[in-house]
Order: sequence, then structure tokens, then C-alpha cells
Amino acid sequence: MIRADNLWKSFGHQEVLRGVSFEVQPGEFVALIGGSGSGKSLLLKLLVSLLKPDNGRIWISGKDVAASSGKELESLRSRIGFVFQGGALFDSMTVYDNVAFPLREKTSLGEKDIRRKVTGELELVGLRDAGHKFPAQLSGGMIKRVALARALVRDPEIVLFDEPTTGLDPVVSRAVLDLFSAVHQRRRLTGILVSHEIPPIFEIVQKVAMLHEGRIVAVEPPGQFCASPDPVIQQFVNGKASAQSRLNGGASLT
Amino acid sequence: MFLGQTLLHSLTPPVKGERVLRQIWFIGWKSMLVIALTGTFTGMVVALQGFPTLRRVGSEALLGPMVSLSLIRELGPVLTALMVTGRAGSAIAAEIGIMRTSEQIDALELMGLNPLRYVVVPNVLASLLALPVLTAVFDVIGILGGYVVGVGLLGLNGGTYFGEMSNYLEMKDILGGIYKALTFGLLIGWVCCYKGYHSRFGAEGVSAATTQAVVNASALILVWDYFVTSVVF
Repeated sequence: MIRADNLWKSFGHQEVLRGVSFEVQPGEFVALIGGSGSGKSLLLKLLVSLLKPDNGRIWISGKDVAASSGKELESLRSRIGFVFQGGALFDSMTVYDNVAFPLREKTSLGEKDIRRKVTGELELVGLRDAGHKFPAQLSGGMIKRVALARALVRDPEIVLFDEPTTGLDPVVSRAVLDLFSAVHQRRRLTGILVSHEIPPIFEIVQKVAMLHEGRIVAVEPPGQFCASPDPVIQQFVNGKASAQSRLNGGASLT
Repeated sequence: MFLGQTLLHSLTPPVKGERVLRQIWFIGWKSMLVIALTGTFTGMVVALQGFPTLRRVGSEALLGPMVSLSLIRELGPVLTALMVTGRAGSAIAAEIGIMRTSEQIDALELMGLNPLRYVVVPNVLASLLALPVLTAVFDVIGILGGYVVGVGLLGLNGGTYFGEMSNYLEMKDILGGIYKALTFGLLIGWVCCYKGYHSRFGAEGVSAATTQAVVNASALILVWDYFVTSVVF
């Protein structure tokens, strides 16, 4: 469903991606992890052609993304939902209008059908009663859930999540990840989740891909990934796990 | 290229009429008070400064033409454009800059919507349409301000003020002022949207984009004013 082959991307003299290759099969939910600034969000933006790779090719459902433009690219993007790090909700619109916006602009649905669809999506993310609120009136977790509702409203086959739990407290963060997992299972979506939430994300994805020094160094199921003898993987996983344990321990004391 | 694409999208459907109207309200209607205030005092000060000068050469009867021609040909379009740049242009640049840094523009693109058509075109069209109207308001109120000072304070005959004005004011003066206002409107929309659209990330990036939008648009208005004046009048 998603295939990247030998992707290179530089900004000035800084080579961020240096030959990234990976595949995601239909229905798979893959976590993309790596250090800060390793190019995870950049990789997602290349997949949807918000940025172009310097070299390499990307196929989504057999279509070459880099070679697509105009209507073809639009059609390709209509099959992809994207949950931005900060939500990217339109400030001037209510929650309801934010979710309804893609339907109003890009489909011929009537307002009655749009209402039914939007209400359904808001109910799915637990925000049915928040339709009248503006983004500025929402908490961080609610913003992520509205962003998910907006990403899902056109029934995409693929959803890309760009650090959707950044800035959330552990409880809300876990609730958001559980919601993503539930949506993935219910809709049988293909998904890539960029996150630092280790180990919680290992419980909801089928595979973990690690980006390190511009390359994908591993794509494995979570169990195998954690058991990998690779020192880079061990350092990353254990370092995060230790920090998580300390946080959990601290929380239980209070 | 940015301007070319914007104009192309302005001329081809679908134009976001509702957003254009909302921006006309924001750029035009919400600038009305500051334009009225600026126009009043500009007209008053032109009369106050001009009257003694005209008296020296025995031509104080020409105060009306002097105030009206100064405002309609030059001060009205330029000062209106500068005030709109400061009040609305800065807000446009900041809003688009925030949309850029908060990835709202990327979100539009991923929905298959052209961000230029949705974000930039309504602002440019609204600016283009609002500036001539605001300039006309500035001119009329400025002329009345000049009347208050010339007739009310300095003792000029009211009939002389308006009578001489109609003798000297020509249609090409009015059309020239409107033409200037139209081009200034396009310039403000273009520069402020461009700076916001290409804002760097973070609060510093938006701040820099806003400052550059105001400074560049203001400087370009004055430079462009010289060339338009040399061609039109």
C-alpha cells in the first residue's frame, strides 16, 4: 500500500534523509520512531507530497507520488487522512465546521448528509457535544480528537499521525492512542504513527520502524523490535523505558 | 509568480465570495473610523497650512481647490493606503503567517484545496475593492475638514470654498486618485499576503513577516506613487 524507495532529502548542507526505504502493507499500523530531528515528520510530509524528495520514489496504492500532480495528486491525497502535530484546526471555524469543511469543499453532499457524517465522526471521538466550540476553547487532547475526526470524515484508506500526543499529559496521551487504535481496528485503516510514546505505542501497532541517522534501521513487530540486539535500538528503547518507569513510579507515590 | 497565480485564481471560478465579503468587512468597514479620523485632520491641517500661504499671494479663494486637489490626487490615496497597511495589512500578514506555522495551510493543501485561492485571493480582492471606497471617504471627509477650518475658523466664504473647487477639479483628477487607490489596494494585498504566506516558523518568524509586510508595503506605496503620478497626471 505504501512503499518508499531510497528517499534522500537535504536542507542546505544538512542531509536529513539518506536513503530511506520501507513498506507498509494494507491494514497495517506502523509506529515510526527516532530521535528528535531525525526526519520522522519530514518523511510523512514526503509521503503526501507536501515536500518533494531530492531523490527516491514513493508509491501509494501503486501510484507514484512524485510523478503525480494536479487532479491525480488530489485524488491520491483524498485517500489519505493526516493528523497534524498541533491539530492544524482552522481557528475561525467551530469544531463542527472544521470537521464539515472537507465535505463542504470537496464533495457534493447536502447539508443533511454532512450533518449526519460529522455528527458520527464527532461521536466516534467522544466530542458530539463540542461542535459549537472554537479551537481556542478546546484542551490539547480535544484538539487531537477533532483533528482525527476531520482526518476521518472523508473515509480515507490511510491515516498518517504526526506526533499526535506531543504536549499531552500521560493519561490523555494514552486515551488518544487508545482512540487511534480503536479507529484503526474498526475501519481497517493503514496507518503510520510518528510518536515518542515508548512503550505505550508498542501495544497498538503491528510494526515499529526506527529512523536513525537518515535511514530506517529496523522494521519489526514490537516484540522483536524490543528484543533486538542492535545497540542503537536498545539505547533508544531502554532509555525511554527507564524514563517512563521513573514517571510511573513518581505518579504512584502521589 | 505569486502575484500572477493570485490574479489567475482571482479571475477563474470558484471565487470564495463569502470570504471576500468577510475580508471586505475586515479591511474596509473596520478601517472606516481610522480613515475618517485621519481624513478629517489631514483636510483640516492642509487648510490651516495653505490658507496663510495663499493669502500672501492674494489667492485665499483658491483654498477649496488646493485642499481638494491635494487630497484627491495625492494625500487621500497615499495616506489611506498607509493607514490600511498598518491596520489591516499587518493583521493579514500575521494571520496567514500563523496559518502557515500552525500547518493550517498544509491542511488545506492536503484536502485538495488551493491555499492561494482560499487564503490569499479573498484578501487581495477585498483590498483591491476596499481601497477606492476608503479613499473616497478620506477625500470627502478631508474636504469637509478643510471647510470647517477655512470657513469656520479662518473666515473664508463657504460658497467660494466649494465654488472654486468645482471650477478647478477635473474628472481626470478623480479618476487618477481612484486608479492610484486600486493599485495600492492590489499592492497591499499582494505584499502582506506574500510575507505571511512565506513566513518562517515560530513566533519570531511571524513577527518578522508582519514587520516586513508593513515596511515593504509602505515603502512600495510611496515608490509606486511617484511612478503612477508621473504617468497618470
